[in-house]
Amino acid sequence: MDAKEIIARRVALELRDRTLVNLGIGLPTLVAKFVPRGISVAFQSENGIIGFGAPPPDGMEDPNLTDAGGGFISALPGAASFDSGTSFALIRGGHLDMTVLGGLQVDSSGRLANWMVPGKLVPGMGGAMDLVVGAKRVIVAMQHAAKGQPKIVEDLTLPPTATRRVSLVVTEMAVIEPTPEGLLLRERAPGVSVDDIIANTGTKLLIIGDVPEMPIAIPNRDAA
Amino acid sequence: MQRAISAAAAAALIPDGSSVMLGGFMGVGAPDRIIDALVARGARGLTVIGNDTASPGVGLGKLIDAGCVACVRASHIGTNPVTQKKMIAGEIEVELIPQGTLAERIRAGGSGLGGVLTPTGLGTVVEDAKRIIEVDGVKFLLELPLRADFALLRAREADYHGNLTYRLTATNFNPLMAFAADCVIGEPDEIVPVGVISPDAVRTPGILVHHLVERPH
Repeated sequence: MDAKEIIARRVALELRDRTLVNLGIGLPTLVAKFVPRGISVAFQSENGIIGFGAPPPDGMEDPNLTDAGGGFISALPGAASFDSGTSFALIRGGHLDMTVLGGLQVDSSGRLANWMVPGKLVPGMGGAMDLVVGAKRVIVAMQHAAKGQPKIVEDLTLPPTATRRVSLVVTEMAVIEPTPEGLLLRERAPGVSVDDIIANTGTKLLIIGDVPEMPIAIPNRDAA
Repeated sequence: MQRAISAAAAAALIPDGSSVMLGGFMGVGAPDRIIDALVARGARGLTVIGNDTASPGVGLGKLIDAGCVACVRASHIGTNPVTQKKMIAGEIEVELIPQGTLAERIRAGGSGLGGVLTPTGLGTVVEDAKRIIEVDGVKFLLELPLRADFALLRAREADYHGNLTYRLTATNFNPLMAFAADCVIGEPDEIVPVGVISPDAVRTPGILVHHLVERPH
């Protein structure tokens, strides 16, 4: 199992029945593949739809039915489409239960940077700033380190996406919960020691007692 | 009642240097035929306002490729390396605006509001040079209304009153922009007789639409 699948599986265990969820482009999109059976989640895409499903078979795409990355999707029965103002009223107005976003850095106060690298990469924030400000829960799904450099750091060196403390950080090594007291190490991935995690993290972690292993089996799904 | 005009005639209405809002999200729901006509007539110096600049050869990206654009106001340019290259070379000025803020600034511009108060962007580079206003102890950023000389809308259906409908995720910014420009041009996939579109299905009332582009041949 590769790093991305471990992350996507663990994030999927955060999904709750009858909630509205927005998945960012890239790694977060993988989460949709691991929704536990018996849990009904409505996915929103910020370009204007609630209730989208997997891409249709070849040749059955609708050019007017796409996700925020421009990829073809399907609309599940009961789906609703709307304009961008409505889409962001849903996001900013407290109607979105959870968003899963990629990250470049998270710091000790739980702030996220995920939209630009000055001088190198200036893609723009798209909907990320609104999502971090507005969603009830913000889950950051990212690799623990990049090119040997920790992505979990004392202070952001990249421009923040918002000042809000994110709800949870899930990497292929650990599950970390930012709290007012600091970053709490909640779980370690299978085969990863607490020392490994500390060695790959650029700031202090709060560790209380034994750190349990991260579950990655999806209930009622993997066993079937 | 209005007669439909050709895409070339629509493009001829838009002088060089105009500010132009264009519907579309990654090119989906973009006014493709008017864009092609603007490229064909060699438009220059446009300020374009839209969600993103799609990718080279797609939607708004065609205007970037062809050198029609001096200034971009968008939430995202990451999928178009040409926009980024021209920005770095100083050929195009880019203002990045959070997507929800862009939608609300356009809505404010079209609805007679003096601006909107949003928590989005507080504590980030977005708040630079903007007013922070406290309401009942909660801080918000004052974002100002956005309007343009022209709005170019991609619609699903139109009738000859200019009433418009949209389709699925091709809706995006189109209905908001219909309110926020001095001259609004609709580019429908189909034009149907007046009365065919149910009043409940009309997303943009025809009174807002100044010109209709004829249906594709």
